[in-house]
Amino acid sequence: MIYLTRKAEFSASHYYHNPNFTPEENHRIFGKCNNPNGHGHNYTLEVTVKGEVDSRSGFVVDLKQLKETMHFEVLDALDHRFLNKEVPEFRTLIPTTENLAISIWQRLKPKLKTAQLHRVRVYETADLFVDFYGEDSQDSE
Amino acid sequence: MKAHLTRRYHFSASHRLHSAEMPADENVAVYGKCNNPYGHGHNYALEVTVSGPVVKSTGMVCNLADLDDFVQREILQRMDIQNLNMLPDFAATVPTSENLCVVIYEILQRGFHHAHPEKVRLEETMMNSFEYAGGKEVRR
Ligand SMILES: [Zn+2]
Repeated sequence: MIYLTRKAEFSASHYYHNPNFTPEENHRIFGKCNNPNGHGHNYTLEVTVKGEVDSRSGFVVDLKQLKETMHFEVLDALDHRFLNKEVPEFRTLIPTTENLAISIWQRLKPKLKTAQLHRVRVYETADLFVDFYGEDSQDSE
Repeated sequence: MKAHLTRRYHFSASHRLHSAEMPADENVAVYGKCNNPYGHGHNYALEVTVSGPVVKSTGMVCNLADLDDFVQREILQRMDIQNLNMLPDFAATVPTSENLCVVIYEILQRGFHHAHPEKVRLEETMMNSFEYAGGKEVRR
């Protein structure tokens, strides 16, 4: 099994707010991130796929296809967007780094043909990142 | 849905690598410059990974403020700008980065209950890093 990781960057703004919480709860739980005018980050995305090396091409995955899929399915939708207002799933989900990683996984998963998605890693800053290994990943293998 | 959250912290500390179980010449042979009796220091980078289900109402594995407060109080305040050899954690062991990794993992395991401590990764310098997941295989 070979693992291949492709990186990309996008910039987006967001804020954290749960309409079911009182204003005080929202402020206590989300702190500065609760400001409805939003704030932004330069996100770094790492997509790791795995598979066996194809004997004819020597590839695990066609990197061009992976790159294009990341572009169409993720970057076109998220780059330079206000996540809460412009990305459908974040009208209801809070656009935390956790939910971004899950959403990116779900955007990519059905579109990737040859290789198997292994991990989506989203860096919100250099000092904070989230890894998602799929819906049915329970234990830390 | 389960996700893994990793936060990176920084601290500086000194240590001396010296084992009471070895004679002086063996200490020099094993630890080299790190056996210097006056010690020396590093700027450590610490990565703490915790996991758990993403809570529906917050979108989070755990509140970052809770993790930051815990690490600040239980780890950074105790170790930053300190001599590691003086800490009770190293009364019986040598403060190598291997042992430091285990000590930090165990502090999290004992005291942090907002999410599951998954892994500790410690960079001693830009060239050396160490990972410990409580004896489990480290997940890639
Ligand atoms: Zn933010």
